Amino acid sequence: MSILVDHRTKVICQGFTGKQGTFHSQQALEYGTKLVGGVTPNKGGQEHLNLPVFNTVAEAVAETGATVSVIYVPAFFGKDSILEAANAGIELIVCITEGIPVLDMLAVKHYCAFKGVRLIGPNCPGIITPDECKIGIMPGDIHLSGSVGVISRSGTLTYEAVKQTTDAGYGQSTCVGIGGDPIPGSSFIDMLELFEKDQQTKAIVMIGEIGGSAEEMAAEYIHHHIHKPVVAYIAGMTAPQGKRMGHAGAIIAGGKGTAGEKLKALQSAGVKTVRNLTDIGTALADIADWTAD
Amino acid sequence: MNLHEYQAKSLLAEYNLPLLPSQYVTSPDAAKEEAQRLGGDCWVAKVQTYCGGRGKAGGVKVLNNPEDVRQFAQHWLGKRLVSAQTDAVGLPVHTLLIEKCALIERELYLGAVIDRTSHSIVFMASNEGGVDIETVAAQSPEKIIHVALDPFLGVLPYQGRQIASYLGFKGEQAQQMTNIVVQLANLFIAKDLSLLEINPLALTAEGQLICLDAKMNIDDNALYRQPELRAMYDKTQVDERESIAEENHLSYVPLDGNIGCIVNGAGLAMGTMDIIQSYGGMPANFLDVGGTATEERVSQAFKLILSDDQVKTVLVNIFGGIVRCDLIAMGIINAIKDIGLTIPVVVRLEGNHAKEAQDMLAASGYNITTADDLGRAARMAVEKSQTHEER
Repeated sequence: MSILVDHRTKVICQGFTGKQGTFHSQQALEYGTKLVGGVTPNKGGQEHLNLPVFNTVAEAVAETGATVSVIYVPAFFGKDSILEAANAGIELIVCITEGIPVLDMLAVKHYCAFKGVRLIGPNCPGIITPDECKIGIMPGDIHLSGSVGVISRSGTLTYEAVKQTTDAGYGQSTCVGIGGDPIPGSSFIDMLELFEKDQQTKAIVMIGEIGGSAEEMAAEYIHHHIHKPVVAYIAGMTAPQGKRMGHAGAIIAGGKGTAGEKLKALQSAGVKTVRNLTDIGTALADIADWTAD
Repeated sequence: MNLHEYQAKSLLAEYNLPLLPSQYVTSPDAAKEEAQRLGGDCWVAKVQTYCGGRGKAGGVKVLNNPEDVRQFAQHWLGKRLVSAQTDAVGLPVHTLLIEKCALIERELYLGAVIDRTSHSIVFMASNEGGVDIETVAAQSPEKIIHVALDPFLGVLPYQGRQIASYLGFKGEQAQQMTNIVVQLANLFIAKDLSLLEINPLALTAEGQLICLDAKMNIDDNALYRQPELRAMYDKTQVDERESIAEENHLSYVPLDGNIGCIVNGAGLAMGTMDIIQSYGGMPANFLDVGGTATEERVSQAFKLILSDDQVKTVLVNIFGGIVRCDLIAMGIINAIKDIGLTIPVVVRLEGNHAKEAQDMLAASGYNITTADDLGRAARMAVEKSQTHEER
């Protein structure tokens, strides 16, 4: 088992014939992802990467039976693309696109909740269940099928953590990048809930960063509902106040959203926190009461 | 993106929000003339900079004759304002706002933000006006009312009445307050704001509500559909290197240390800063070349970092993944060829073709040390920054 996606998951790609869509679809196919087609308006009927291209998501779903869509469209089409997928019977939307206006995301977030559609991202690396399904821009070869569930607001920082769990021999059940925007489609809590229920997942690595209070809310949730060991790292211990650190959501505003506050909340929830990002792998080894198999 | 007060007030005027008569000026003579044109016998002159704390830094003054207005403008124009919210260099003053005075009876706070917890635009209002709202929020949260807008419906008049009632307004003033909330909400949405503060919102002796000061931030991601706001951007208010970085699509934040950092991905860039400090070093900057680092971006980043005299060592941390490390190494070597190199560089490349990349850097003949482990790379960079400093 794993969460969200596995070898049976049928995936379509929105923005399929674009540069990003093409490159990462190729990588996904090579990895073994069951990519069954793509959507690019006005290119319906063509073939791309030996797969059918559709004009609309509804047509793609009707023809292929896909339940997941990955989105690589430019930011100004982001809202439209997500809402199209949400209204076409897609169950899980993974939006890689960076730079969607925050007001667009307010509507998208509430609309997806209203329709009961799960959205991961935007501005995220995607989801991978090692050896089964890779949806997104992460490098496949650093992953190893195994027992650690990974949730992160970051991209390359996640790869760093993933590699450590691979090098340590634990591997990953599923890795989910929830994205670095202030209004993400899914939260730490949404993923924690799934990992807690998943039998393959024996421990959880959570990678947060400065800004907002998602980590504090996750800490509260972990305290009451998570029985598996959790290791957490928060990026931005040394970030200055009031400056946006790359991600739209990574900003300490009015003294709120510091890494220190987040670490404190996680520690009091019983989470093992690490201050140095190279210690994530060893922190898992330090937790005595869990086994990877 | 920030706006100057005078720009924010021009948007308020566009939405028929109540303001005192004012005019922005860029010369001392114009300051005097505009004061005379506005009329009356009392004006407030305010320097226009992106930072807060202008009043305490002497950049805001009540003046009683047009000649004093001229002198105040003369004093400030071309100078830099250093406030509690700027660095020691401060921000340049090239514009002033001259505003007619009014007798103020009461000062209130009215603001709106994107609330990350309720995923909506939230209005906040308080009778504690003119002060730092974060202090009020921390010390007496019961003195602030929060009203969230529905993401599908926008603002509704009852929400304005709710705020008016909380603030104790009745009759004509309650109506004014309701209009202000509704119009501000419409403006917030139409202009893609991420923050709006009217602090203070003032009640004059004549019983009029007036937006006395205005602060607005615009969502950078939405600038593509706000061309008239993008045109208001004042480059002079931003650090020169930050502005170069922006043009090259690099995320860059200058810091106080001496280790220049070039990293791919925002999270990893913060993590790299943290690890440098944990080994006793000080990062000179945050710099994200983008998750998918390209040869060109890395090359631009190198030029940017080396233009900072404070930098004594450079640490490059690229988790390549899908990106080929040998191409990144080529970018580094090309950048150094262009600009020369007098300080040590430590490079950590992880991912495809990392070995080839390391060999290329080693064979380049430049002062480049490679490491395949981030911890070791950070330690080496810290050591080099310290020995270089002693020399």
